[in-house]
Amino acid sequence: MGESEGVVYRIGRFLILPLLAVAAWWIVSKVGGFNPVLFPAPDAVASALYNLGASGALWVHISTSVKRVLVGFGLASALALPLGLLLGLYRPLEAFCDGLLSVLRPIPPFAWIPLAILWFGIGDGSTQFVVLYAAFWPILLNTIAGVRDIDRSLLKAASSIGSRGLSLFVHVIVPGSLPLVLTGLRIGLGIAWMSIVAAELVAAQSGLGFMIMFYRSLFITENVIVGMLAIGVLGYLMDRLMRAIEKRLMPWRPGLKV
Amino acid sequence: MNVACKIQAVGVRKEYEVSRKGGDRILALDGVDLEVHAGEFLAILGPSGCGKSTFLNIAAGLERSSAGEIRIDGQHVEGPGPDRAMCFQDHVLFPWKTVWENVEFGLRVRGLGRKERAAIVAHYLGLVGLSKFANQYPHELSGGMRQRCALARTFALDAATLLMDEPFASVDAQTRNILQEEILRIWDQGAGPRKTVVYVTHSIEEAVFLADRVAVMTARPGRVLGVFDVPLYRPRNDETRSDSFFRDLVVHLWKVIRDQVERIS
Ligand SMILES: Nc1ncnc2c1ncn2[C@@H]1O[C@H](COP(=O)(O)OP(=O)(O)OP(=O)(O)O)[C@@H](O)[C@H]1O
Ligand SMILES: [Mg+2]
Repeated sequence: MGESEGVVYRIGRFLILPLLAVAAWWIVSKVGGFNPVLFPAPDAVASALYNLGASGALWVHISTSVKRVLVGFGLASALALPLGLLLGLYRPLEAFCDGLLSVLRPIPPFAWIPLAILWFGIGDGSTQFVVLYAAFWPILLNTIAGVRDIDRSLLKAASSIGSRGLSLFVHVIVPGSLPLVLTGLRIGLGIAWMSIVAAELVAAQSGLGFMIMFYRSLFITENVIVGMLAIGVLGYLMDRLMRAIEKRLMPWRPGLKV
Repeated sequence: MNVACKIQAVGVRKEYEVSRKGGDRILALDGVDLEVHAGEFLAILGPSGCGKSTFLNIAAGLERSSAGEIRIDGQHVEGPGPDRAMCFQDHVLFPWKTVWENVEFGLRVRGLGRKERAAIVAHYLGLVGLSKFANQYPHELSGGMRQRCALARTFALDAATLLMDEPFASVDAQTRNILQEEILRIWDQGAGPRKTVVYVTHSIEEAVFLADRVAVMTARPGRVLGVFDVPLYRPRNDETRSDSFFRDLVVHLWKVIRDQVERIS
């Protein structure tokens, strides 16, 4: 369907609504007569973006946040992937862990912030912990479901061929669970990104979340909006990256073929 | 007499627990007795749902019988083994493996070297006419092509016993005729002793064309109603199909089976 459409057309279709939104924003801010501190115009935001970019402050906050997300998300994956495979493969073990997991899961990541600050102090440690906790669940649950979802007849076929143990794991369990595992990672990364910003609002002196909180207290709303836009754009880019990786790793999925 | 007996089913019974709430058990097989001689081509005919796939699964060691047992070379079947190769009814290919990799997988499991594997895979892909599609994934193939790929995978294992579950159900009639002769050729002229084949099919013509004997099963719960000899000359080919003796056998078997089919409908 999309293959016959030109690149220009696709980019145009993608940009048209955001451009209209900016135009509407601009008109409302000019005509509405609002207090520019409460409702800054797009051109004010653009020059704020330029200033923050030129001074380097924006990049420092961005790289700080991105680094925290990568560390927290990486640790979450390192814990949740093996645990998910294990719990997916051995039902009794899952039943055994179910009680603990079921009570921990409903606790929102942000409810951990007070404890995290006490344990790790303000900064990298506590924010990374919150990210880890937030990203852990979607990765774990999707990995378990991914292993469970493997077509039973494929397991039968593998077993009739004589595949067991490591061979079964590498050739059947891993690729068979991969679709949901990657979905879990993608959702996990999205949640990690949202929770880092929230955690930085209170538990850090740097990063994009801190930045928007900081400029709010100074009433420099253009900078707040620059921070919000940066969060949106980066979240979008991360999602695109994950989708590209999915396509790359699963050339066999009909729906995902490039 | 038992020396030549490759597969021996004694009172094989299979009950399935139905997970549905309040559902009772389903009796799929109710005491199947069957002997398959070494090197024999045996076809199994029977109405849908009578437990043919279940029987093959038990023989392959993928499921356990609820009572009775299947012995292969006198040994109780405990699980799957390299002496048997199964070709599944719904051609279960691994979606993440290409045609080539699907055929190669079993050879890898058996620890064959790269070169040896490549030669075998190429040979059997050629045989089923899929050489040009070696690098495609199963979702890019037609149903019939997938079935041919599954066939190549089964043959490539070079097992002494082939358990085949309607391998040609979704192959077009012309290809089917060619592949039937191909199966017979592989069975007949392969190196070493003849393979033992248990071949499940819905087609009476196919059963008569291929088999030394045809076992007819009752409607569910499945039992063996009777085993019929097919005393047609080999090699069998297109002439066999127009043979009047062939036609008579088909008609005769149809009369036997018709009764069973009417019982379920
Ligand atoms: N895993 C299962 N759980 C419960 N019931 C099953 C299961 N597998 C098969 N059955 C039941 O056992 C019976 C025999 O099934 P089986 O697949 O062996 O039939 P079949 O003879 O191969 O039929 P067909 O010719 O349609 O392939 C059917 O009634 C089916 O409903
Ligand atoms: Mg069947």
